[in-house]
Amino acid sequence: MGLDLKDILKLYRDPILARRIVDKIWEYSKKVDKVMIMHVCGTHEWTITHYGIRSLLPDNIEVRAGPGCPVCILPAQDIDSIIKLALDEDLTVLSYGDVSRAKGGSGYSLEDSKALGFDLKIVYSIQDAYEIALSNKDRKFIFFGVGFDTTAPSTAYMILKGVPDNLIFLSSYRYVPPSIGYIIQAEDIMVDGIINPGHSSTVTGMAPYRKYFESKPIPMVFSGFEPIDVLISIYMILRQIISGEYRMENEYSRSVTWDGNVKAMNTLFKVFKLLDGLWRGIGVIDGSGFEFKDEFRNINARYLYDLEYPNKDSHMPSGCRCADIIKGKITPIECPLYMKMCRPDKPIGPCMVSIEGTCRIWAEHMILSKAGET
Amino acid sequence: MMDPDVVKMVHGAGGVEMQKFIKNYILKYLSGSGAEVPLEFLDDSSVYNGVVLKSDTYTVKPIFFPGSDIGRLAVAGSVNDMLMIGAEPKALAMGLVIEEGFPFNDLERILESVSKTASEAGVYVITGDTKVVEKGALDKIIINMSGIGFRHRYLDHNIGVVAKYRGGVDFRWLLDRNIRPGDKIILTGYIGDHAIALLSVREGVGFKIDIESDASPLNEIVDKALEVGGVVAMKDPTRGGLANLLNEWSDKSGYGIKIYEDKIPIRDEVRAACGYLGLDPLELGNEGKAVIAVVGEKAEEVLDAIRGTELGRHAEIIGEVTDEYKFVVMETVIGGRRIVPQPIGDPVPRIC
Repeated sequence: MGLDLKDILKLYRDPILARRIVDKIWEYSKKVDKVMIMHVCGTHEWTITHYGIRSLLPDNIEVRAGPGCPVCILPAQDIDSIIKLALDEDLTVLSYGDVSRAKGGSGYSLEDSKALGFDLKIVYSIQDAYEIALSNKDRKFIFFGVGFDTTAPSTAYMILKGVPDNLIFLSSYRYVPPSIGYIIQAEDIMVDGIINPGHSSTVTGMAPYRKYFESKPIPMVFSGFEPIDVLISIYMILRQIISGEYRMENEYSRSVTWDGNVKAMNTLFKVFKLLDGLWRGIGVIDGSGFEFKDEFRNINARYLYDLEYPNKDSHMPSGCRCADIIKGKITPIECPLYMKMCRPDKPIGPCMVSIEGTCRIWAEHMILSKAGET
Repeated sequence: MMDPDVVKMVHGAGGVEMQKFIKNYILKYLSGSGAEVPLEFLDDSSVYNGVVLKSDTYTVKPIFFPGSDIGRLAVAGSVNDMLMIGAEPKALAMGLVIEEGFPFNDLERILESVSKTASEAGVYVITGDTKVVEKGALDKIIINMSGIGFRHRYLDHNIGVVAKYRGGVDFRWLLDRNIRPGDKIILTGYIGDHAIALLSVREGVGFKIDIESDASPLNEIVDKALEVGGVVAMKDPTRGGLANLLNEWSDKSGYGIKIYEDKIPIRDEVRAACGYLGLDPLELGNEGKAVIAVVGEKAEEVLDAIRGTELGRHAEIIGEVTDEYKFVVMETVIGGRRIVPQPIGDPVPRIC
């Protein structure tokens, strides 16, 4: 008994099943006006774009990407701070590859600024960072912690286990649930339903979303990342809209639970506390920024070197419309820089940098006109 | 930051960047031969006075890998490039550049493999050259394999069949630019095997998988296809894979290509490895597959003939040429549509 992974993948990419769901979506679409659904995960955007899901949807059903990519919403101030610190204190910066290419407020990325005279090493995980620091005891290292609740727990775990004393951290980690609260309340973002992020919710569980849902009920579906997952989630949101009964529903029940990964969450909150956090392009979102608790001051670069905690909205590069793209107000093709000055090989805005950025995903799929029109 | 003005890996990786590199540097100095199929066509081989000429150099890493090795690859690669424009390969010239300290054992394994593959392909190595460079000047061994061939015995018959359905033709060889709306596109078997087999044994990547490289000469498939007739273009999806090949056809012909994701033969293991490694199977290099454009009316018959061969058992019609648009579009497994862009470069370096 039991399906192996291969069979599960086949099921969740099944063309006949897909057609049936799409038929249902079309049927439901006739009973509603214009519906705007927002998802908040780069991987969802990839699935939607890669499988051409938008080309299957009726004209009045639109799915837009919201703030779902850590590099896109990383405050420019933190990029500037870590560059200055590395230069002043002769630190080797340990950073993820995509983070190193995001430009700060000065217009320069870590990668760009390397030539000024500090050392940058690309790592794939906190484990890499740990090992590099351990085997180069004569150097001082700083790990740039960028990501959501999906990656922050492993950093917390390593810190609890103990890290070499030549390794310090700058935390720009963000907590996803408050961002959904922000989207629901924001007056300039019009959304009729939300596809909740499956990976992040696997860690946090559905529970933290309850207060945001109750503050202003809206169809919310926790969704997986295969094309069938996304199609079913769109269908479930339409079903809720038509019935008028809004709920938090779990499409991704093979991974997401109400309580989430309790062990990971406990680890996370042993090390971090939540402060109001700045999201580039959006502004400050209450209780969304992971900062080290006081007992971890000895590894917290922000405390040790008195670095500014980002609190003012960081500017996007001139002409760049990433802020509107992150809020789902426009799509990449409406940005004047998209695929002209701003391209995957020479990104200007943060959404073109990471493989989770909406612009980058659209660019790699060569989308140059309205999605779905080929 | 300015890009340093030097050659990078991507310039040899068979995608957009390599095309630009060839146009901006190689063609700038070396075009204008007036050959029947000249360098500037950038087809798999060129033709001068009825002689088909091909040169290719192999730098694969590691040099021995599941199902094949650099010797087999060199013969298959060069022979296939001649076959693809409608030639019968006849003779090869081999240049060896060997790093000091290279074991004779390994050299013999490679030469034996060259000999065996050449006999499968019906060719001999009839001239060559050997150089040895000091340790560290290159990574083990590089092989250049050049060759000549002549017009395939069935090529005129094949083009005659095309002419019958198209009401005339304006080509004498099977070139990239020949494709026209209504042509069907046949892929002769599973894609991605070669690149994944190589990666599975590559230092720093290595994983356990039951996949072997497909490196093989494609003589039999080409013979059978041309014997039926109706083939307008052939190309082997090496660096940059199927995605690069179809985009080159589309660019050079000015027509669009539509493919169906569920028709593209990909082994489950390869699909799984691609998912794990973040690779797109459409962009992976192959060394024993051909993509064959055939006039619509003869597509089924050519497909049957190909399926009757040992290497073509899993062939499928994967799509067609269209004038609805001017690029490559895939209908996805769930029925959505998306553009298949030309890769910047093959995501896996040094596979051939």
